[in-house]
Amino acid sequence: MAQADKAQATTAKVLVVTSGKGGVGKTTSTAALGAALAHNGDKVVVIDFDVGLRNLDLVLGAERRVVFDLINVIQGVAKLPQALIRDKRLENLHLLPASQTRDKDALTDDGVAKVIADLRKKFDWIICDSPAGIERGATLAMRHADAAIIVTNPEVSSVRDSDRIIGLLDSKTARAERGERVDKHLLVTRYHPSRAARGEMLSIDDVLEILSTPLLGIIPESEEVLRASNVGSPVTLNNPLSAPARAYFDAARRLKGEDVPMTVPSESRSLFNKLFGRKAA
Amino acid sequence: MSLFKSMFRRGSAPVARERLQLLLAHERVTRNQPDLLGVLREEILAVISRHVAFEPDKVQIKMDRGKSVSTLEVDIEIPNGLGGMARVA
Repeated sequence: MAQADKAQATTAKVLVVTSGKGGVGKTTSTAALGAALAHNGDKVVVIDFDVGLRNLDLVLGAERRVVFDLINVIQGVAKLPQALIRDKRLENLHLLPASQTRDKDALTDDGVAKVIADLRKKFDWIICDSPAGIERGATLAMRHADAAIIVTNPEVSSVRDSDRIIGLLDSKTARAERGERVDKHLLVTRYHPSRAARGEMLSIDDVLEILSTPLLGIIPESEEVLRASNVGSPVTLNNPLSAPARAYFDAARRLKGEDVPMTVPSESRSLFNKLFGRKAA
Repeated sequence: MSLFKSMFRRGSAPVARERLQLLLAHERVTRNQPDLLGVLREEILAVISRHVAFEPDKVQIKMDRGKSVSTLEVDIEIPNGLGGMARVA
């Protein structure tokens, strides 16, 4: 076991899911990608950095199982394994929740560094769900990241805030301070291909040209996302054949270094499946 | 509106794209500089407060960036009477 721990420690990857702007899909994407990576057999922990406004527990359907949280671990009230919640559907997926009530100043740089270092020994992927904004919670969430997923809606305020966040990733992270790079990946969410084609919405090319950041995936706007969060399940588990789920699975494969052609999955196939599924039921 | 108008309307995305490109070109340049206005404010107020008393909230500092010339506007309200301009003397 110790040997396995050691072997994994060298390959563990810390990701931050960030955006600057709120409501663009950070938590949804953290849950969906975390579940997709865990589904493929990797050991994954998702950490909620939104102290005071935690929601990753709710999106994952683990809200009633939270006993200890990140700040309890940092303050030494609980041990790390006590605070980790194992997903009921995927045994490789774990959640480290944020606290709901405590002061966010309790989130210290050293405390976070230690938690991340400990998690690196146990997991393949450590995915930090950043709060919105550019304050302490957001900068701490990105602090130890090896790579960043910048979640962007094709909309002016989101693109502007993403640009700001990209600037922070290049200057305020531990890697940046050591003169190293944080790999940046752009995840465009809530995309309407038809509206973009009609010139009503910024296109993928527009967003890529403005932000000059490699694309990780395009998540189409879909009812499935709300449906999944309603029932507390990542969209990749709740309806794996739906368009957004397929887009997240593709993005997860790209994170693992696979070369997956960039497409915007459409809903038609999942609609067919749904009809078919209903008939079969 | 309809057909005629919609045939010639290209959608609003090109406008969004152009606005963003202009804005971000500016923001990227200023981003990594220290907060110039903040520094100016602090130092100007330090100098003035050595000579006259004023209320920190009665100070307005504005910077307008133009294409060839930018202006810095400093507006400090100084109360007359004790502790005001009298102290200059």
